[in-house]
Amino acid sequence: MTNSLRTPYDGIVMAAPVTIPYARYSIESAQWWIGRALSALVARAGIKVSDIDGLCVSSFTMGNDSGIGLTQHFGLCVRWLDTIPLGGASAIAALRKAARAVQAHDADIVACVAGDTNHVDSFRQTLENFSRFNQDAVYPYGAGGANASFALIARNYMRTFGVTREDVGRIAVAQRANALRNPHALMKTPLTIEQYLAARPISDPIHLFDCVMPCAGAEAFLVMRDETAASLGLSAARLLSTIERHNAFADDPMQVRGGWAMDVGELYAMAGVKPDDLDVVQTYDDYPIITMMQFEDLGFCAKGEGAAFVRQHDLTIDGDFPHNTSGGQLSAGQAGAAGAYLGLVEGLRQVLGEAGPTQVTNAKLGLAAGFGMINYDRGLASGAAIFAGSAR
Amino acid sequence: MIDPVQPPRRKNPLLRTRLPASPPRPRSRTSHGFTRAAAEGRFMLQRCEACGAFAYPAREACPACLSAGLSFVDAPRRGVLLAETTARVPSDVYFRERAPWRIGLVKMDCGPTMVAHLHADCVEGAPVVMSFQLDKSGQAVAFARPEGGTPNMADDRQWREMTADPKFRRVLVTNGRSVIGQEAVAALKAAGAKTVFVGVAEPWRPFAGEQLLHGQQGIEVVTLDASDEKSAADLAADIGGKVDILVNTTEYVRPGGLLDRRGTSIARDEIDQAYLGFINLAQAFGPAMRMRGADGINSSAAWVNILSVHALVNWPAFGAYSASQAACLSLSHCLRAELRPGGVKVMNLFTGPVDTEWFQTVPPPKVAPRAVAQAIVSALRGGLEEIYVGDVAEEIRQRLAANPKALERELDK
Repeated sequence: MTNSLRTPYDGIVMAAPVTIPYARYSIESAQWWIGRALSALVARAGIKVSDIDGLCVSSFTMGNDSGIGLTQHFGLCVRWLDTIPLGGASAIAALRKAARAVQAHDADIVACVAGDTNHVDSFRQTLENFSRFNQDAVYPYGAGGANASFALIARNYMRTFGVTREDVGRIAVAQRANALRNPHALMKTPLTIEQYLAARPISDPIHLFDCVMPCAGAEAFLVMRDETAASLGLSAARLLSTIERHNAFADDPMQVRGGWAMDVGELYAMAGVKPDDLDVVQTYDDYPIITMMQFEDLGFCAKGEGAAFVRQHDLTIDGDFPHNTSGGQLSAGQAGAAGAYLGLVEGLRQVLGEAGPTQVTNAKLGLAAGFGMINYDRGLASGAAIFAGSAR
Repeated sequence: MIDPVQPPRRKNPLLRTRLPASPPRPRSRTSHGFTRAAAEGRFMLQRCEACGAFAYPAREACPACLSAGLSFVDAPRRGVLLAETTARVPSDVYFRERAPWRIGLVKMDCGPTMVAHLHADCVEGAPVVMSFQLDKSGQAVAFARPEGGTPNMADDRQWREMTADPKFRRVLVTNGRSVIGQEAVAALKAAGAKTVFVGVAEPWRPFAGEQLLHGQQGIEVVTLDASDEKSAADLAADIGGKVDILVNTTEYVRPGGLLDRRGTSIARDEIDQAYLGFINLAQAFGPAMRMRGADGINSSAAWVNILSVHALVNWPAFGAYSASQAACLSLSHCLRAELRPGGVKVMNLFTGPVDTEWFQTVPPPKVAPRAVAQAIVSALRGGLEEIYVGDVAEEIRQRLAANPKALERELDK
């Protein structure tokens, strides 16, 4: 492990993880969902709206709004503001920026929030208007959306490393088992490996249970200094380290690794922990194959050993490697940019001992990862954070 | 290997005709460099003038050195198919109706990786040859075919969506009195057209080559005077629903410009025949063609104009004629936009002087009518939009690109 030259996140904490329960479709706007999340944050933390002096927001479906419009919309007067359009990497990026802001006293309490609505046609519109490269050179090719793009990556990855659908399916099946303990998960029926394998193909080798369910929802948390949390009487999780990387390994002809592989040494060095020390891991699971890639790139096993890793470990809440304990996006639902927050918010609940029915016993040290923005042929953005509950 | 495409069954009149849908159409402005390439059947990519790297998708700066000097140049077509997938549940109406749809990621020998539509015979790990094609929305898309030929290659389902192959289609050639018209009939029939309707104005008047059109299987002579609105409408009422390809072979060539003519009577004839004739044909046949763009194996597919290359730059010796051709060229762009929702392509063949009686005094090289006919077929098979036939047309294309003023001066001689 390398020694980090970066300023440690000493005294930086996260508190008040909130989730607004997801809905498959919603006639409300993204602003409505973000408003619910802010309201829940304030209630959960026992603060006034005017105590929030920093705001960081992510959403795909806010129309022409960005963070600035939301300040007036929600009656916020902030001295630090950011809008992060990084899809599945938004939560880690938001956390990194907010942490440095409160560390430098540019703000005292930053609300990090992501929310999206899902009207009947909004998912198709998001696909159509995702990015310029996507518009020019991907969407006109079968209009398969992310399914088709990840299918190409999955096919190459599975062939290169001899991964079977059954290997990949273990991840989805374990997450469904976790989701059955999460009352807010959209998926409420058990999933067997037989059902997984028998599912209809969507874009080979991607089948139905490899895909997330687009939905509406919101997730949020607060970032502050520990003295602020103490004065508010809030239990809070300490931030130990983060990494973020964009457009890594551009010379790989096809994506077989994400940017984590570039920075993973830094991630553990800054936190002063090893992968084995982690009690709970939340990967970004837009497709289970991407989760398998993260097991490798985040140092739980070597490249190419992801399939063996999932065969050797029990990924459920009570298993030896508790992973995506809320059911993840695969089984809880993907509420647009809130999907980026899902793992981090659940991870915070875990290390704070507030996860309720999905609580991992004695979870103290957590990792959450993000991944996103399949601009052309690969996911460009990656990030991860390690955090600890107060008892550790 | 793919199965040969089968002739369409007789249409069931009780079923609703499937209406055309367009694949996704929005593109960045820079990306239309590929549209230009596809229109002419070229394969062009952006290449950095500073460092020589090829780039794709369309960019505004070189990803290797950040130079803004990215120009579209003819590029090597070869690549290797890295991975493929079959989209079975697309989110868009056009592809949903045509699912399963196969695409892949191709690593080009010259550097970039390209998402491409796949010919059914493409195999992962094997070499492919890339082209840009115009899809049913009229925009350029990358299409990968296996390197080397395979049986029934042109019958590939996805390839036929990009092209207007005359095989099993019904074609109207609007003027059978001209040699070009007669050659076009023969070439289209040889290319597998099911029926070629041949328009002849005032059929009681005899004309050279008439015997080539009568009594032939799959060739039907019909009465058509394109310059007569009623004649065009009458014919469309009769066969308009079964014209899949229309080849506008209207030909009205008269020498002369402005000052050596007296009055407007010849100019009026030129406009009547070429320009107003075009309008009559478009209004008579266009609406049904636009409706039938997704009507199976023999859907409507293309409208072909034969234009003088002097539509692009005036040739004073045939100055008024050049102007009538320029008017038709402009109108073709309007027709292209109006037929686009039907996925029907508008193709313009630009020719130099053709070896016919009206260019008798013009020195060679002149274009053989048969060469025009062959160009029509290859344009339809390749799904092209702009085709330059013969040496004069190709030279004018290049000189226009190099210096239009020099060309204007030098055509005055």
